[in-house]
Amino acid sequence: MLGQNEQNIKKRMEGRVAINKILMVLFGLATAVGLVFLVLLFYRVLTQGIGYLSLDYILNFPAPYPEEAGIYAGLIGSVFLMIIVAIVSVIIGVSTAIYLEEYAPKNKFTEFIRVNIQNLAGVPSIVFGLLGLTFFVYMFNFGYTLIAGGLTMALLILPVIVVAAQEAVRSVPAEIKEASYGMGASKWQTIARVILPAAIPGILTGAIIALSRAIGETAPLIIVGAATAIYTLPESLLAKYTAMPIQIYNWTGRPQEEWQYVAGAGIIVLLAVLLIMNSIAVLIRNKFQRRL
Amino acid sequence: MDKGLQSEGKMIDVQQMIEKNKKKKSFGERIERIIPFFLLLCAAVSVLTTVGILFTLLRESIGFFSNVSLFDFYTGTSWSPWSGEYGVAPLIGGTLLITLIATLVAVPLGLMSAIFLSEYANDKVRRVIKPVLEVLAGIPTVVYGYFALTFITPMFQSFIPDLGIFNALSGGFVVGIMIIPMVASLSEDAMNSVPNALREGAYGLGATKLEVVFKVVLPAALSGIIASIVLAISRAIGETMIVTIAAGATPNLTFNPTESIQTMTAFIVQAATGDTTFGSTIYYSLYAVGMTLFIFTLVMNLIAQYISRKFREEY
Repeated sequence: MLGQNEQNIKKRMEGRVAINKILMVLFGLATAVGLVFLVLLFYRVLTQGIGYLSLDYILNFPAPYPEEAGIYAGLIGSVFLMIIVAIVSVIIGVSTAIYLEEYAPKNKFTEFIRVNIQNLAGVPSIVFGLLGLTFFVYMFNFGYTLIAGGLTMALLILPVIVVAAQEAVRSVPAEIKEASYGMGASKWQTIARVILPAAIPGILTGAIIALSRAIGETAPLIIVGAATAIYTLPESLLAKYTAMPIQIYNWTGRPQEEWQYVAGAGIIVLLAVLLIMNSIAVLIRNKFQRRL
Repeated sequence: MDKGLQSEGKMIDVQQMIEKNKKKKSFGERIERIIPFFLLLCAAVSVLTTVGILFTLLRESIGFFSNVSLFDFYTGTSWSPWSGEYGVAPLIGGTLLITLIATLVAVPLGLMSAIFLSEYANDKVRRVIKPVLEVLAGIPTVVYGYFALTFITPMFQSFIPDLGIFNALSGGFVVGIMIIPMVASLSEDAMNSVPNALREGAYGLGATKLEVVFKVVLPAALSGIIASIVLAISRAIGETMIVTIAAGATPNLTFNPTESIQTMTAFIVQAATGDTTFGSTIYYSLYAVGMTLFIFTLVMNLIAQYISRKFREEY
């Protein structure tokens, strides 16, 4: 027989263990909520959009009737945008990262650049849209064109690329750098022939992930004037253009129910492109992930 | 003669080679000097971007405030720019309402997910769930907007019959879902960096897992957790497409989440898509609202950085 005191302790202990179990289930359920909404979202988009998804949908321009509408202009517009964004942001971003990691003296100015990049990453994307509107659309007089949209997006994802490239450059071991210097290579030779080749998988992965963020961005493109109804493909950097998210936004806003399905089909295409981009990023990471 | 000519020819060859080599070397040296300069120029682009943002927001806002007084802008309670009323309070109110709803959704769910992933789930479960949860953060916001308008609102309407098509509730709710991974992921990182020795010490004293979580892990990771929440709030304030699509375009100073509202970001989109002529007061008002938004998010980001720097526990 247990004494009164011991019984009390046993009871309290059982209570503590029980609460632990209950809350563990609660925590698990809370985690599941996020996952459930992810599944619901995919389910909803698929069931709404699949009926309108066809080869014609992918190859048609926007049209006044839902049955004839397609995402071709948006898809090609997004691809062109991403080419501009990739060229501009990767060149500037990787250069910035190399400067910060290899050349920058440890002083106030360097620290300022670092803090500045960190803060830029927290600026709402729509504010970048206002930046693009002032400078690219009006001041540089590009108007509502492909190049204005591309440059705005490039600045938007620049901080992400810089941070990814910095990490990639930093992860190149000091030994192989020193080996290169030991063979008489100059600083730039070491960077171009040793550091960059070793860092390229990391840079590529980061760049693709940043681009996949850019391809879904809508707000800044609205501000810098991506068009909604376009019946030709952009023929130059100074042509009007549209993009997938802009098309989806436009269709979502229409009151007739059929347009919801058209928008749903557009979302499936957009998500498919995102999936492909992210898979490539994962493939690159897995293929080149080796311990240096 | 022949020999002399030959050797002369060879001499010239060697001299040429030396000359060539010198040129090559000086070319190489020039590159070595030019490259850092080029790289510095590229690094300056990010600084120029910040300067550009500040410049454009300030300049156009000053243009705006020469037409509308600063006092009227920040104290007026009616926003209807097309009839000349520029009181920003309804837009700020709309933004805060959305942010509040999103925070109420994301903080409990995100924190509980973080606790589950960091403390209860085993390695295998964590390695599957964490990336899947992070997919939520990678979905384009226009897709969330579509989801909020066509799925969440009708779902809520079955509980709340007088809920309008556009309402703050489903907009804020979906923004909350979107920022769950931010809270969960960053908080989980903070909890993960709490050393195991602290946990084991508590277990040794007979604590249950839950007591370890609340009395050891959470206090030790608090700065990281708060920073993650502040960052998520900042994301919610700047979120544009979800609220533009689902929360409506009715500047409305209300704390009733079932009504249609308009946030600062949604107004910027509305004014940019409408026929806003360059140089008009409405055009300038875009920037005045943009600057207010920028200040809100900047303050949030600075607070987050301050907290994670100042209160970081080093182990």
